[in-house]
Amino acid sequence: MSTAASIAQPGSCAAQAAPSPIDVEAVRRDFPVLAREVNGRPLCYLDNAASSQHPRTVIDAISRYYETSHANVHRGVHRLSQEATDLFEGARETLRRFVNARSTREVIFVRGTTEAVNLVAQSYARPRLGAGDEILISWLEHHANIVPWQMVCEQTGAKLRVIPITRSGEVDFEAFLGLLSERTRLLALGHVSNALGTVLPVQEFIREAKRRGIPVLLDGAQAVPHLRVDVQALGCDFYAFSGHKMCGPTGIGILYGREALLAEMPPWQGGGDMILAVSFERTVYNDLPYKFEAGTPHIAGAIGLAAAVDYLETLGMERIAAAEHELLRYATSRLGDLPGLEIIGTARDKAAVVSFTLAGVHPHDLGTILDAEGVAIRTGHHCAMPVMEFYGVPATARASFAFYNTRAEVDRLVDAVAVAQEMLG
Amino acid sequence: MDLKNLYRDVIVDHNRNPRNFRPMADADRHAEGFNPLCGDRLTLYVKLDGDRIGDVSFQGSGCAISVASASLLTESVKGRTVAEAELLFERMHALLTRDDDVDPASLGKLAALSGVREFPARVKCASLCWHTLDAALHREAEPVSTE
Repeated sequence: MSTAASIAQPGSCAAQAAPSPIDVEAVRRDFPVLAREVNGRPLCYLDNAASSQHPRTVIDAISRYYETSHANVHRGVHRLSQEATDLFEGARETLRRFVNARSTREVIFVRGTTEAVNLVAQSYARPRLGAGDEILISWLEHHANIVPWQMVCEQTGAKLRVIPITRSGEVDFEAFLGLLSERTRLLALGHVSNALGTVLPVQEFIREAKRRGIPVLLDGAQAVPHLRVDVQALGCDFYAFSGHKMCGPTGIGILYGREALLAEMPPWQGGGDMILAVSFERTVYNDLPYKFEAGTPHIAGAIGLAAAVDYLETLGMERIAAAEHELLRYATSRLGDLPGLEIIGTARDKAAVVSFTLAGVHPHDLGTILDAEGVAIRTGHHCAMPVMEFYGVPATARASFAFYNTRAEVDRLVDAVAVAQEMLG
Repeated sequence: MDLKNLYRDVIVDHNRNPRNFRPMADADRHAEGFNPLCGDRLTLYVKLDGDRIGDVSFQGSGCAISVASASLLTESVKGRTVAEAELLFERMHALLTRDDDVDPASLGKLAALSGVREFPARVKCASLCWHTLDAALHREAEPVSTE
């Protein structure tokens, strides 16, 4: 469609086809922490897949809320309670729009991706599953998309089935088709692998699951910071993500759930806010989404997360993806040139994550040596021990990039890796 | 923060060429140690000669600090009594976590690990083998974990 338009009006559409690049120096000034030093060197923060940093607008939104409008939500008739409720529910609407849910009833505030997956495991899967039923996940999953399902399997007698991956770190689609069975009750997949950066072609997996009436949960923790997510276009039933990997606060995240499923699910936790009426004989649960939000929520977190969405959308998810892809391409090429360095995970479609090993240098030593140079990366198993086992390594070093990183920072990473190699290799 | 103080020549040497790095078929005791944070794993073997450590060896994989520490451990405790090894464990613990409690000179080559205390995230790497030795000497069946 856009091709036809650009032929008709080549001049006006050129800018649309290729979004203008992000002015990275201007963007960096939005992030106060990027001005600090570590060990006498400017901070080079390449651990964004673990947790990203915050722009001033997010920090200010949280401060402003605490300085002017804090009270409990959904309770008081007084002014501050009204303001806090408006901000909190306004944040929910911002998040709804961000992932294109049909209704705010489908947008549940949780502590993060882990809590979202546990909620679905206990409230959706546990009451429905029995002995012999199957939950299907992939070998790439983060522990947060493994352990909650293992717990449900222990509770119900269901079996956890695991789709194998290929050497490049892609989920084996043919094997997936073979593992789908009459007893498959749920497919739970990471949208983007945290350990390797693989972007799954989730539409193809969802299409096959839907054809068989199998509900699908996507763990989107690594996807939402990097690409535009539209839950209706994806057609998934549940989508879980965290605020702190997309420039928002820790302790806040979202479970999107299709309303028809959420309506049938029992509450997960009991308490205030999730009820309409309580007596000792009987409790009437509140409507969606409050049914799943027992207790006073992380109000400031929700407000900060909405400010993060506003920030990302002002920059533009397409421009963010373009900037991060360029960093990925450059880092892959430069690191790949280092002798003894092996990149783990070479999928065709990747988010800006480079996981690697270095001959003669354990990742943990590499992490310490890089830190001395002011370069922050993650080293270890990345909460994905089965992935490490698949590649036969105890751990990897992982550099993960955000749109505020620069090519010069990639160069610093490469130089620091060379220092480590000289010191220990 | 000085990396040279952490990765001293002795450490680098013992990481590249770990001593007593072999399985021991006729060990009287062995124990496994695991550091889940970084994936360090080692098995420590002990052969007793009365109340003396007649032979000690290790196998496994880990970072330079954990491998060098285990290698230095084997050299340091071989021929010592169990009680002496336990005293050494206490001194090492003090060396790795406190500034002034222990005279590095009393530790011989093990003093090369004193730089680790400037790097709190790495203390567990250096102490894993000592906890594992302790478990081996006390016949603890469960693998030792630093967590």
